[in-house]
Amino acid sequence: MTTTTTTTATRAEYCVVACAEAWRDAGEILASPMGTIPSIGARLARLTFSPDLLLTDGEALLMGDVPALGAASGVTEGWLPYRQHLALVASGRRHVMMGASQIDRYGNQNISCIGDWEQPKRQLLGVRGAPINTLNNPTSYWVPRHSTRVFVEKVDMVSGVGYDRAAAAGPSATRYHRIPEVISDLGVFDFETPDRTMRLRSLHPGVTVGQVREATGFALTVPADVPYTREPTADELRLIRDVLDPKGLREREVPAP
Amino acid sequence: MTRDKTMTADAVVARLTSGMTLGIGGWGSRRKPMALVRALLRSDLTDLTVVSYGGPDVGLLAAAGKIRRLITAFGTLDSVPLEPHFCAARQRGDFELTELDEAMVMWGLTAAAHRLPFMPIRAGLGSDVLTVNPALRTVTSPYGDGEELVAVPALRLDAALVHLNRADAQGNGQYLGPDPYFDDLFCQAADAAYLSCEQVVDTAELLKEQGPQSLLVKRAFVTGVVETPNGAHFTSCAPDYDRDEAFQRAYVRAAKDPEAWRAFAERFLSGDEHSYQAAVAAFHEESA
Repeated sequence: MTTTTTTTATRAEYCVVACAEAWRDAGEILASPMGTIPSIGARLARLTFSPDLLLTDGEALLMGDVPALGAASGVTEGWLPYRQHLALVASGRRHVMMGASQIDRYGNQNISCIGDWEQPKRQLLGVRGAPINTLNNPTSYWVPRHSTRVFVEKVDMVSGVGYDRAAAAGPSATRYHRIPEVISDLGVFDFETPDRTMRLRSLHPGVTVGQVREATGFALTVPADVPYTREPTADELRLIRDVLDPKGLREREVPAP
Repeated sequence: MTRDKTMTADAVVARLTSGMTLGIGGWGSRRKPMALVRALLRSDLTDLTVVSYGGPDVGLLAAAGKIRRLITAFGTLDSVPLEPHFCAARQRGDFELTELDEAMVMWGLTAAAHRLPFMPIRAGLGSDVLTVNPALRTVTSPYGDGEELVAVPALRLDAALVHLNRADAQGNGQYLGPDPYFDDLFCQAADAAYLSCEQVVDTAELLKEQGPQSLLVKRAFVTGVVETPNGAHFTSCAPDYDRDEAFQRAYVRAAKDPEAWRAFAERFLSGDEHSYQAAVAAFHEESA
């Protein structure tokens, strides 16, 4: 038996494990990660505690194996072109982790544009599938650089629907609406508060509450006792470093602080 | 034998008029009918309403000032997240935008294809898609659930432009890559559909490369067929070719500066399709 030398996990590796945890107990559904670290996280979850997850190759194929990031999949177990992907979203059998150019305290997210929509200061992607995602299947968010530019009091264009906007839109909007978590390079956040505003759930080791507050543009609920994001197991570190991301792409998305 | 519908890209454009609503197939920077878009750029057509899962098709038409209204869910080049001309045109306020969720675009085309006034969808509720599209209405289920959903209006098109891998001269179109995108829907939602393809083959040849489920577009929905080898360039057209990433990067670099864009347009877009393809070949020889 090989012994893994005790090595301190990097910030990026805590982020990978935190992302993987989003798909724990998810069952036999599609994990749709967007971004490098969520993609490693989803694959890690499938190789460890959530083996029933479905994963795509980023285009139209469902992977029967779990290749390293950027490597080709050798086994295809299914076909999921865009039209079927959109139908799968509506079925709810999916948990997506999207990016966010802006996110507010109720979980409203913006990837469309910055500034006035009529003539934006900065045009971004457009709403893409954020409106249908948020109303149909669990939608979490990944923010690689936690700052007051991203965590804002009010987003400029609601692409992904937050808890206040869903409630105001009525039962058809809230029926399948759920934002399980927001994960950043500083910690893990959720909306487990009476008014469904954002709460700090865990800090990545090395991060302080003060750092998080300073990088957040709205009042955040901070429990009296905030735990640290859990340590990766030796096996998880091996999978991340040797199997899933041998090129260390995760360290480029979240450099060591 | 049924009608031979083959024609040139310029003949397609000659059948279009300014002010039309055009649907453009493909997705982002994937299997876009770029040769047909380049033919549009050579024409004096303008004032277009464009329905597209936006990629460089939208970028080029926006840069040329041909779009009056864009109906889309996004603009992207896939490997480059933001479409530079789309972004710049929006920031200048060059065209009006109908910004929809990507499933709403599919439902709008589906409604048009089915000759229905709308389709119900959950997407849009609670989001600013409803704020920026004040004409969008909801519809209430007549059944016991009483759910209130968004009624996506039909996106009926005057014409559709799509690019496939193979077709016969009658307009039966075949995709050979992993994803059909929505090209069949675009054709069905349009009064006239123009299908460009890598290669026109005899009908009997169509099933040589893949099975009948690859026959995406039926000839009853196709008005004209254009053979344009490398006609999706610089977007991907799997399995015939991948995206030309080096060329796409050059496009993005040029788009960021007016002077560089003028030079790029002069070099690549001032002649016909043949001179475009020759200039692309020269571009690759230089950087080899």
